[in-house]
Amino acid sequence: MDEQHVATAPAEAVQKLRYYQKGTFTVGNRLVAEEERTVQASTHRSNALTCGHRACQGCGEALGARYAVDAAMRATGNNLIAVNATGCLEVFTTPYPETSWQLPWLHSLFGNAAAVATGVAAAMRVKGKPHVRVLAQGGDGGTTDIGFQCLSGMFERNDDVLYVCYDNEGYMNTGVQRSSATPPAARTATTPALGPEPGNVFGTGKSVPKIAVAHGIPYVATATVADLHDLERKVTKAMSIRGARYIQIDVPCPLGWGAPSQDTILLARLAVECGLYPIFEAEHGVVTHVRKIRRVTPVREYLKRQRRFAHLFRDGRDDPRLARLQAQCDANIREYGLVGPAGEDE
Amino acid sequence: MLKQIEGSRAMAEGIALCRPEVICAYPITPQTHIVERLGELVKEGDLANCEFINVESEFAALSVAIGASAAGARAYTATASQGLLFMAEAVYNASGLGLPIVMTLGNRAIGAPINIWNDHSDAMSMRDAGWLQLFAETNQEALDLHIQAFRLAEELSMPAMVCVDGFILTHAVERVDIPDQAQVDAYLPPYDPVQVLDPAEPASIGAMVGPEAFTEVRFLAHYKQTQALRLLPAYAEEFRAAFGRESGGLLRRYRTEDAALVVVAMGSVCGTIKDTIDEMRADGVAIGLVTLVAFRPFPVEALRDALAGARDVVVVEKSIAVGMGGQLATDVDAALRNLPEPPRLHSAVAGLGGRPITRRSLHRLFRQATDAPWEGTHFLDLNEQVVGREIHRTRKTRRSGPTAENLLRVLAEPAREAK
Repeated sequence: MDEQHVATAPAEAVQKLRYYQKGTFTVGNRLVAEEERTVQASTHRSNALTCGHRACQGCGEALGARYAVDAAMRATGNNLIAVNATGCLEVFTTPYPETSWQLPWLHSLFGNAAAVATGVAAAMRVKGKPHVRVLAQGGDGGTTDIGFQCLSGMFERNDDVLYVCYDNEGYMNTGVQRSSATPPAARTATTPALGPEPGNVFGTGKSVPKIAVAHGIPYVATATVADLHDLERKVTKAMSIRGARYIQIDVPCPLGWGAPSQDTILLARLAVECGLYPIFEAEHGVVTHVRKIRRVTPVREYLKRQRRFAHLFRDGRDDPRLARLQAQCDANIREYGLVGPAGEDE
Repeated sequence: MLKQIEGSRAMAEGIALCRPEVICAYPITPQTHIVERLGELVKEGDLANCEFINVESEFAALSVAIGASAAGARAYTATASQGLLFMAEAVYNASGLGLPIVMTLGNRAIGAPINIWNDHSDAMSMRDAGWLQLFAETNQEALDLHIQAFRLAEELSMPAMVCVDGFILTHAVERVDIPDQAQVDAYLPPYDPVQVLDPAEPASIGAMVGPEAFTEVRFLAHYKQTQALRLLPAYAEEFRAAFGRESGGLLRRYRTEDAALVVVAMGSVCGTIKDTIDEMRADGVAIGLVTLVAFRPFPVEALRDALAGARDVVVVEKSIAVGMGGQLATDVDAALRNLPEPPRLHSAVAGLGGRPITRRSLHRLFRQATDAPWEGTHFLDLNEQVVGREIHRTRKTRRSGPTAENLLRVLAEPAREAK
């Protein structure tokens, strides 16, 4: 049996664990101290996003939202208000006259969730209820594209809002179009796999986590539905901080990515393990923690499981552009120091 | 208290007396002085318990107000022109959600060509957005309408826009009676929201609504506006009793008793029109004015009553629906439609982009309406020579260049020749 740390938490907050199934890197809740167990393991969980919603099978966003909002509710003693950008999450949770939300929830527009959340936070201050906190949430389209101006404004003013971006790398609600979070070479409805340069253009897109860090806000983190414990910990930490906070969660979309529903967690894990999706934390403009890759995986292992990248594997041959994607992963690994000796990630 | 004060600062002081709890500020001429003064009042502590938020755009300004209002705070913002267009999506959203935000609109033209001066194009662009739209004639009324707007908006749970002519009112220094806090507190009760984001009673606000209920949601919004037709005169009457002056209501009549010719207009131009009417009355012309205060809801019945006895109606408005004509005229026409003997309607567009509306031009316009009525829309003081030259030139040359710049060049020519 290996003795390791739970690889995602800073040293002081980590419980020493034994992995009973060698090689799996998974630990059942029953092996974790009670106070470290997932919110979902508690009978007192808030079920913020309760059953009956219309998300697709295997929806990474629904999973991420449930863990993120429940963790935020636990951290605030259920004194939480959610503001939602237009998008899948909004549509599949609130088809009139039904709602899956078990907390006060407001949807205004596609591009203004961060600003609306600012208004809610201001109202809480002026109403003498500063203990009621605000969580804004949206997809990558509502965050990195159309909602970006309001997001940057909220960051810059350091408004007391946690903004959670569920990043599924495209406009899935409208039928899988490209966003500024779509990776290079990915096929979407607006970056079809046609012509000499099929899929999304290399050298485009932006890293909103990096841009958030550049705002110098108190807390920025990336997370993944492949590590829900880490996600919960980051949300909990974010809620212990006042001011603008940003968490971006990699949430695979079976429909948009062209992958089987049961591969959501696998894909999320591979995205991290290949280096394409760096998982890190930053405070006040400085990266403070990086989640090390446990087993470095070639990016082709991640890509080949998704139909949006199928054109890279046509006729049984690897497209030369695979090398460019691998180079991007390698650059991430170097930039963030994603690979290191075992245990160095603490 | 009587003060000699700039319109914007007077409005700001009146708004502060309404105890707004969240103010979102973004600069755009000509409303900027209002939020600047409010910012001072918050910083100095004169306006207590108020969050003053400097946002990054008008879209954010109204979005922050939406969040604040939905969370139970009295929210205020101000904008003008391009700013209103930039927040257009949120304008519809605020009314769709039924949030009683009050917003000042410092009326200004919309570009291109960019123009910072007064007309009503901005207000007209949002006339169907579901907001109450009230037009102020004077700075006193501008201040007073804000107090009434908060009360009306919150009673009906729908947003209200107070439309104030840019520069003509916002930047004019004149005598304004600033009420005291006790008077306003007695008139305007604290905001008691009909819906609120509250962890103790979680509600989802802003759900997706399909064909099964969308019509009903819209009907109820329209119904609420018709309620405002009843409340506006009642609140104006209460206001008169409490503050001792006439402000607000649906519309006001000026010398319409026996008038064969009645002018309909909104905003500050009504002062000039009244002066013109006085002069024409002295010459024996039976002419009067109806000043519309409420544009949304549009007071169809009150207007019909006011115009029923007229032989001619001249609508003077500071906006143009390009390709159609006067927007206000179209609405006035709807009010007259079912009269047994409707008056003849004459539509005039005036004062676009800040062009002065002079008594001399109004005299000519009103006489022409009865003596030589025009077809369609009349553009007051249109420089027909310049327009004719431009039309001719663009017909002659395919690559004729930008229209606005060409017009300016033509206008500059006489000056150059004089040198």
